[in-house]
Amino acid sequence: MVYITRIEHFNAAHKLVNPAWSKEKNEAIFGKCANEHWHGHNFNLYVTVKGMPNPDTGFVFDAKILSAIIKEHVTDLLDHKNLNIEVPFLKDKICSIENLVIGIWQQLIPQLPEAVQLHSLKLYETEKIYVEYFG
Amino acid sequence: MLSNKVAVFRKEHFNAAHRLHNPAWDAQKNLLYFGKCNNPHYHGHNYDLIVQVIGVPQPDTGYVMDTKILSDIIKDTIIERFDHKNLNEDCVEFAQLNPTAENIVIVIYNLLREKIDSDLDIKLRLYETERNFVEYPV
Repeated sequence: MVYITRIEHFNAAHKLVNPAWSKEKNEAIFGKCANEHWHGHNFNLYVTVKGMPNPDTGFVFDAKILSAIIKEHVTDLLDHKNLNIEVPFLKDKICSIENLVIGIWQQLIPQLPEAVQLHSLKLYETEKIYVEYFG
Repeated sequence: MLSNKVAVFRKEHFNAAHRLHNPAWDAQKNLLYFGKCNNPHYHGHNYDLIVQVIGVPQPDTGYVMDTKILSDIIKDTIIERFDHKNLNEDCVEFAQLNPTAENIVIVIYNLLREKIDSDLDIKLRLYETERNFVEYPV
């Protein structure tokens, strides 16, 4: 079994807000991330798939095809967007990186061929903050 | 003879939303020039700011400038002002100025210039992404 990772990136605006809470409670819990006028990040996404190298190609999965799948089903939907109001798969969700990484996983799973498994996603919001998700 | 000037660097960062937009242009022209950066719902970046201070080490401290003081000035003057903000909507500096990396770095320079000893030269590098960055003054 070999693991191969493709790194992609996108830049987006978001805010952390729970619509069921008052403005004061949102500010108390989410601090400056609750700024009603948004803030933003350069997100880096690491997509790791695993499988046996194909005897004909030597590939677990063609990294170019993996990149095209990530672009079409994830980064094109997120890049230079407002995560709270422009991303269908985040509708009605709090736009934390935790929820974002789960949403990305659900976007990718139906797009991958049976021969490869999605192993993990790693999503960096800043250099110092990232999440991992294993499904 | 070698110059006795030394450059001291301090790196800080802030995260902000913005959009590129010229209000004098129609929507079509804005989209043509600014592309996805024109998104009316904004997008955002992790900005990295590198402040370079150039001067002669002082004989009594050995410092060109105390980097703790430099850090505090950058935090109080720049980071507090722009971190987790919408540059277009929250920041008066960009009420009439398109918040491109070029304009942001000039604004930051002018804010810092007032706070740092005029005997010291300042140069800035501002990263909008790992791949896009600007320098000022040049």
